[in-house]
Amino acid sequence: MSKKFINPLEATEIVKNSIKKRRAKDNRLRLYGRIAIGMATCFLLFLFFSIFTKGYPGFFQYYVTLDIKFDRERIDPKGDLSDTSLYEGEASNIVNESLFSIINPQGRKAKKEARKIVSSGKDLRIAKLVKNDPSLFGTVTKVKFALDDDIDSFLRGYINRDTPESERRISDNVIAFVDKLSEENRISYEFSDYILKGSASGNPEMAGIKGAFFGSILTLSVCLLIAFPLGVATAVYLEEIAKKNKITEIIEVNINNLAAVPSVVFGIMGLAIFISIFGMPRSIPLVGGMVLALMTLPTIIISSRAAIRAVPPSVRDAAYGIGASKLQVIFHHVIPLAMPGMLTGTIIGMAQALGETAPLLMIGMVAFIVDVPNSVMDPGTVLPVQIFMWADFAERMFIQKTSAAIIILLGFLITMNAFAIYLRKKLERRW
Amino acid sequence: MFNFYLLVVILLISFLFFFMGLKEAKKLRLVYKNNLHSLPHYYGFYALLASLLPSLGIYFLMTIGDDFLFSHMIKSYIPDEVTNAKDYNFLIALAQINNSVEGLIFGTPPKWVTDAAELWKSWVQTSNIIVASLCLLTSIASGYYGFLKINQNFRSRNAVEKIIMTLLAASSAIAIFTTIAIIFSVVFESVRFFALIPIDEFLFGTVWNPQFEGAERAGSGQQGLSQYGSIPLFAGTFLISFIALCVSVPVGLFSAIYLSEYASSKERAFFKPLLEILAGVPTVVYGFFAALTVAPFLRTTGSMLGLDVASESALAAGLVMGIMIIPFISSLSDDVINAVPQSLRDAGYGLGSTKNETVLKIVLPAALPGVVASIILAVSRAVGETMIVVMAAGLAANLTANPLEAVTTVTSQIVTILVGDQEFESAKTLSAFALALTLIIITLCMNFYALHIVKKYREQYE
Repeated sequence: MSKKFINPLEATEIVKNSIKKRRAKDNRLRLYGRIAIGMATCFLLFLFFSIFTKGYPGFFQYYVTLDIKFDRERIDPKGDLSDTSLYEGEASNIVNESLFSIINPQGRKAKKEARKIVSSGKDLRIAKLVKNDPSLFGTVTKVKFALDDDIDSFLRGYINRDTPESERRISDNVIAFVDKLSEENRISYEFSDYILKGSASGNPEMAGIKGAFFGSILTLSVCLLIAFPLGVATAVYLEEIAKKNKITEIIEVNINNLAAVPSVVFGIMGLAIFISIFGMPRSIPLVGGMVLALMTLPTIIISSRAAIRAVPPSVRDAAYGIGASKLQVIFHHVIPLAMPGMLTGTIIGMAQALGETAPLLMIGMVAFIVDVPNSVMDPGTVLPVQIFMWADFAERMFIQKTSAAIIILLGFLITMNAFAIYLRKKLERRW
Repeated sequence: MFNFYLLVVILLISFLFFFMGLKEAKKLRLVYKNNLHSLPHYYGFYALLASLLPSLGIYFLMTIGDDFLFSHMIKSYIPDEVTNAKDYNFLIALAQINNSVEGLIFGTPPKWVTDAAELWKSWVQTSNIIVASLCLLTSIASGYYGFLKINQNFRSRNAVEKIIMTLLAASSAIAIFTTIAIIFSVVFESVRFFALIPIDEFLFGTVWNPQFEGAERAGSGQQGLSQYGSIPLFAGTFLISFIALCVSVPVGLFSAIYLSEYASSKERAFFKPLLEILAGVPTVVYGFFAALTVAPFLRTTGSMLGLDVASESALAAGLVMGIMIIPFISSLSDDVINAVPQSLRDAGYGLGSTKNETVLKIVLPAALPGVVASIILAVSRAVGETMIVVMAAGLAANLTANPLEAVTTVTSQIVTILVGDQEFESAKTLSAFALALTLIIITLCMNFYALHIVKKYREQYE
């Protein structure tokens, strides 16, 4: 390339002519940036919008109000309100009789179909009512029962009455019964008392997140109790005590590697080490918490180290100057000053653990468990796994319940993250 | 519950020793007129640690060890006609006994199983008594030993600090142990898998069709129905990751450029956390979103355009995964773009270049290694991502490059194989471990390479 001499005036001319084009290019890049940010924001809004619109109805469901004659002899044949006695009682027959007196089904088939209108949890509901308030016996009281999930879907408009009978999940008879019930104003759409208080159930109208919620709390507690002390101890050791040598280097490389290992691999490790070798039971929050603790450990260590590094050396020097020992400097000064940063990292790690699913699938926390776990040794499941299981079920109503559970989970995560940000803003000192 | 109470009692005993030590030290302080080596509470802590640590050590060793001991001891109680049977497997026998111990009884187990279970239960009781008494004795004896050591000249602060230093060092070794545990758990099973299936068939085979061996035998009696060629799985994984990158790289990169170069500080303070929310959404939520919103949407749009989109297409999973990894790319790239020294930008402006020219010709080339590293990290995230593909990508191991078809991935195969009932020692179960091993190797290599690039790049400016 030969160098060409350009007259300064000519050069000014060239620049002047090109400046418009260059400005336009600049604006274009700015526009691309705005579009990218806008797209990301749209994705986020669309995600939340789609979950929220699907999940909001999941907090509500259709109930039918029936007049129940609380006949002690029939509900509680032994008269002692024990579970066995209530189980032997014929509460569901009483409910069906009350229902039949309104809709008046004719014939065997119609009766059989009519029995399915009210959710199969009706006898449990009556048992619970009389247990809480035995004075109900001998009275006739209005009681609300959940409707079966197919009828719920019909009332929400997911099942069209114009489709041929053979192609929809509920028959013409049932539709007539439901119409009759709504004519008498017995059907109501209310806040579901199953979604928060119910546990895992194959009947979508009775399914709730209580068991998974407590499982999550137990698992997270184990995770916190293991990961927080270990993480802080490791961070303190690496930042304040350890000499820079081969061993600390190996530890640091290991921590970085662990942060990159896919979460499902931690589940495999839990399966192979904790369950197969140590012989711990499957599906328990203790093992789940241990696996999640190992998984969140790198997050906590890395943020704790950053927090410790941010404590200025002058603080340490002052403490050494008045005769403190190394550990006194660490425990009396460095750790308290670094605590907000460490807590922020821990909360973010816990939020990660709360949303994690894959490793818990590996250690069997995916089992169908109706009972609410009472201790870390009871089999249980957690919220994200419950969401995964519900997402697999075919019934229409589970989609709403799943989205409702997701809203609850997201609510917790957002609260935790907001709290972490608040902590960081409020407590963190600028030196 | 037994374990819980035992731990509480051990803890209470150690607290008792703390107060005894504290009281003794305070008494000594009065006697020697403040001429004590350490502050009184260090004597208390010494007694506490002396009581707590040995008994806790014994407790954990014994509770972990008893299962090994029992399963070794039970061997001699399995009758000969069972052990001599052709398909005898000790692990299966052990599982039968364990189920019976835990009260999980299906049908009527053979008599030797119930007998062995009864025996096992009695052993557990004896071992509980032995563990409890040993732990309590140790905690009292060693606590008392620590207590006896308290005198005017005992340097308790130094002793306590030494113990705590050791504990801190030990806890930092957990990271190493975890790595070893991961490698150990994956490598051993993988070696057993490669003993059954040749490694070249696994690495280069193009058909993935694992079957439970039981099904194989019950079927035609033929051997070798299962095929373990992992190429379709890796092809599926990388297809989905590629789609994810097509979404996340442009969006993430342009967002990073905009936020670091063009945005006002207010915009930055608002949009940066907003993008990070995307990283905080649990993957199971993304999976649900992909399976129930994006996939049906793609299917209907596809059929309107006359395309046949599978209901579990790679495209749906890839798109949603792309949304998930946007923040990984944007925030890491943002960091490296910010790390480019201001002097470089100023030099560019000084020569009269516009912002666009400064960004594209000076800042980005300088930040390129870091940007590449962030993309590699995002790929390793995408490769290891599990829930989205389990819920949205299907299980059919197709070897295809068509994003509209269903593919399966390494992680979703691992989950499908290991969740639920497994056959002992079957090639299918073991194959999950081999897949996990290759997955770890791939993600670790990517991570190493990315960190290496970042490190090299940092050295240039600092």
